[in-house]
Amino acid sequence: MAIAESHVEREKPKVRLLNDPKFRAMIFQALLVAMIIWVVWGMVSNAANNLQKAGIASGFGFLSESAGFGLNFSPFVEFEEVSNYFTVYKVGLQNTLILAVLGVFFATILGFVVGVARLSTNWVIAKMAYIYVEVLRNIPLLLQIFIWYKGVLATLPAKRDSLDWGVFGQINAAGLFAPKPIFAAGAMSIVWALLAAIVITFFVNRWSTKRQMETGQRFPVFLTGLGLILGFPLLAYLIAGQPISLEYPVQGNFGPAGGMQIIPEFIALLLALSTYTAAFIAEIVRAGILAVDRGQTEASYALGLRPGQTLRLNVIPQAMRVIIPPLTSQYLNLTKNSSLAVAIAYPDLTAVFAGTALNQTGQAVEILLMTMLTYLVISLLTSMFMNWYNAKMSLVER
Amino acid sequence: MAKSKDDVSFVRSQLVEALPPPITEVGVLGWMRKNLFSSITNTIMTLIGLFILYLVVPGTLNWTIFEAVWSGTSREACTTIPQGGALPDDWNAACWPYVGAYLKLFVYGRYPDAELWRVNLSLFMFFAGLIPMAMPSVPYKRENIIFMLGIFPVVAFILMSGGNLNLNGFLIPETIFAPSEFKFWIDFLVLTAIIVGFVGWYMKATATDPKSAMKVTALAMAVLGLVLFSMAFDFGLESIETPLWGGFVMTLVIAVTGIVASLPLGILLALGRRSDMPAVSLFSVIFIEFWRGVPLITVLFMSSVMLPLFLPDGVSFDKLLRALIGVALFSSAYMAEVVRGGMQAIPKGQYEGAMAVGLNYWQSMRMIILPQALKIVIPGIVNTFIGLFKDTTLVSIIGLLDFLGMINLSHSDSNWATPVQALTSYVFCAFVFWVFCFGMARYSLFMERRLDTGHR
Repeated sequence: MAIAESHVEREKPKVRLLNDPKFRAMIFQALLVAMIIWVVWGMVSNAANNLQKAGIASGFGFLSESAGFGLNFSPFVEFEEVSNYFTVYKVGLQNTLILAVLGVFFATILGFVVGVARLSTNWVIAKMAYIYVEVLRNIPLLLQIFIWYKGVLATLPAKRDSLDWGVFGQINAAGLFAPKPIFAAGAMSIVWALLAAIVITFFVNRWSTKRQMETGQRFPVFLTGLGLILGFPLLAYLIAGQPISLEYPVQGNFGPAGGMQIIPEFIALLLALSTYTAAFIAEIVRAGILAVDRGQTEASYALGLRPGQTLRLNVIPQAMRVIIPPLTSQYLNLTKNSSLAVAIAYPDLTAVFAGTALNQTGQAVEILLMTMLTYLVISLLTSMFMNWYNAKMSLVER
Repeated sequence: MAKSKDDVSFVRSQLVEALPPPITEVGVLGWMRKNLFSSITNTIMTLIGLFILYLVVPGTLNWTIFEAVWSGTSREACTTIPQGGALPDDWNAACWPYVGAYLKLFVYGRYPDAELWRVNLSLFMFFAGLIPMAMPSVPYKRENIIFMLGIFPVVAFILMSGGNLNLNGFLIPETIFAPSEFKFWIDFLVLTAIIVGFVGWYMKATATDPKSAMKVTALAMAVLGLVLFSMAFDFGLESIETPLWGGFVMTLVIAVTGIVASLPLGILLALGRRSDMPAVSLFSVIFIEFWRGVPLITVLFMSSVMLPLFLPDGVSFDKLLRALIGVALFSSAYMAEVVRGGMQAIPKGQYEGAMAVGLNYWQSMRMIILPQALKIVIPGIVNTFIGLFKDTTLVSIIGLLDFLGMINLSHSDSNWATPVQALTSYVFCAFVFWVFCFGMARYSLFMERRLDTGHR
């Protein structure tokens, strides 16, 4: 009976509407949405008003207008003074991406080296790595860019007295005059050879993993892959009759002629961005390695692995799981920090599009929206890729 | 054959002194063998390291100290013979008298000489409030925080700008009442009455005692009124416009305002992101991810170029205020993520316990969750502050004369124009920033160890 009684439907207690959490939440959200709409509407109407008064037509029509200014650095995108503003945008994006990709590449290498050096048993090496990290990451990046650009590169000798760096070309205050690769017919075959080598390495890797799972025998995948990836293009290069040659700059009366000029702005930014970010990556790598339990190392030694093997097969794969998420945010930081190029007029997206183009057209809203959305998309794409990689690397637990 | 006790003399009564360890295992030599030359690779590494040190250290010391020029009055002191000075041809080192000559400008910007005491007093108040707050053993933390977040900003604002704000009123249409300070206070009283009335109605409608809530609201409005009144009061201080501010003081102003403004905003955003209400959490997520996804310099461009467009006619912010708004919004997104991290680290039992004792959402956040969450993220907040402090240099790009902006400006002075001028000033700037950032980083580490009360 007692059980049956408890099943009797009770009437819901009368609660005042304002005391009902669901109703309150709805009211609160409605108020928030209304407020956001009100603020946005106010801003838009103000902007429309102000633009009308300033006589600026809004819209993206300006993108097809001719820009009328020159750019000193555009390795891939064709650019002339008569090119339109959309081409300016493309050049800016290209230069940002070049800087970001190269910066990430060098910062990762340097960061891993310094991070491992910080844990070295060698006192001198460990202390030097510590000092590197503490000095570099506690000085503002913008200041470091200025130091490289105005303090170091600007004090190099003038064009006439370039310093000869041998295989790297010649360097002077106008930048690095690097040897320029000249592609003759048949150069594409090298690219194809490289692609083929990568594909073959991929399948060799799969086969070797399968064989190791079945028989326990290991196959030297790394050496084979290295041989393939280096050997195939080399073979193609020789067979195709050496289609790539290097054009070295020649010192003339007025400076080096020929070759490929890499502007000092680019060098300064690349140096500053990669050394600065490397300091942060080093700390991440160090924390990641320290996060691997000491017992893992001891267990590997007990199994008879040598220190190098222990690091490669045991410690680093486990440390990577800790390292990847913060590493992603450092890559994003580097990409965003590349916008500091505007301070020394390297023609990146911010400098050339949100700077020069904005000043010329006055289309502040459109240009800044495009610029910010571009960075946002780059950020989201990078973090999506790194999330995918992280999911692949992370520990699969039952 | 039995021997007497006295015969058993082969047992020593004293222990033999232990031999000293081999000289190669202890002391400097042992340390070096262990840490520098334990193997062939290690030895090679040590030698490479020493070689790099040999390349870097003497050159750096010579440049900054031994070969540097320490006194002089103009560029002649720091130029070589071909450049018109008296130094040897291959001389290349720091030119410190130039930094000395510009030191006042680097620190205070173009703030008028006669009024510098106002800046100095503000700086003194800042450090006098900050140092005891940073030391965990000093009592009166609550009063200290009220001073730093409530009293100091108002007083510093009045001191640095001269106060005497022009208040015109905002509520009643101008056709009824001509704008004046008197109208502002009438508006303010009307607004207070409306707010207190609303709170009272709400409390009554939700069947709670309205008295205490109304009292608190009235008190808060009274404090706000007092703040506004003192900002508008004429203390007889000369008004110093923000274009005259600059140098390291401006760097501090931007960094401190950014962090103080971003803390409450960041807490609200963090709460919003963890809220159950979809509209609130969606708004918070979009807001946070947007600011975190774009570079600060585009935010500054936006606040300096786009913000004026969004303001109604006749309203204009000065350049510094616009930059401050950009910096505050930007850093609040980062702060929100720091605070969220702290909130996620609080065990679920704390939330449930707060609910079980009958606290409502705001009470449980205010009394249970946030105090614990904020405490464990103190290192994170300090790290955000370090990042913000370094990032303030970016305002020099939009033309504000902060520390770095002042330094770049000083390069145009022909009286000190030498090839070493740029590097000298940048090294000085780097040193100052380094001291501050490194100090704060060490403090953050210290707090982390202190707060790390978990079991290992």
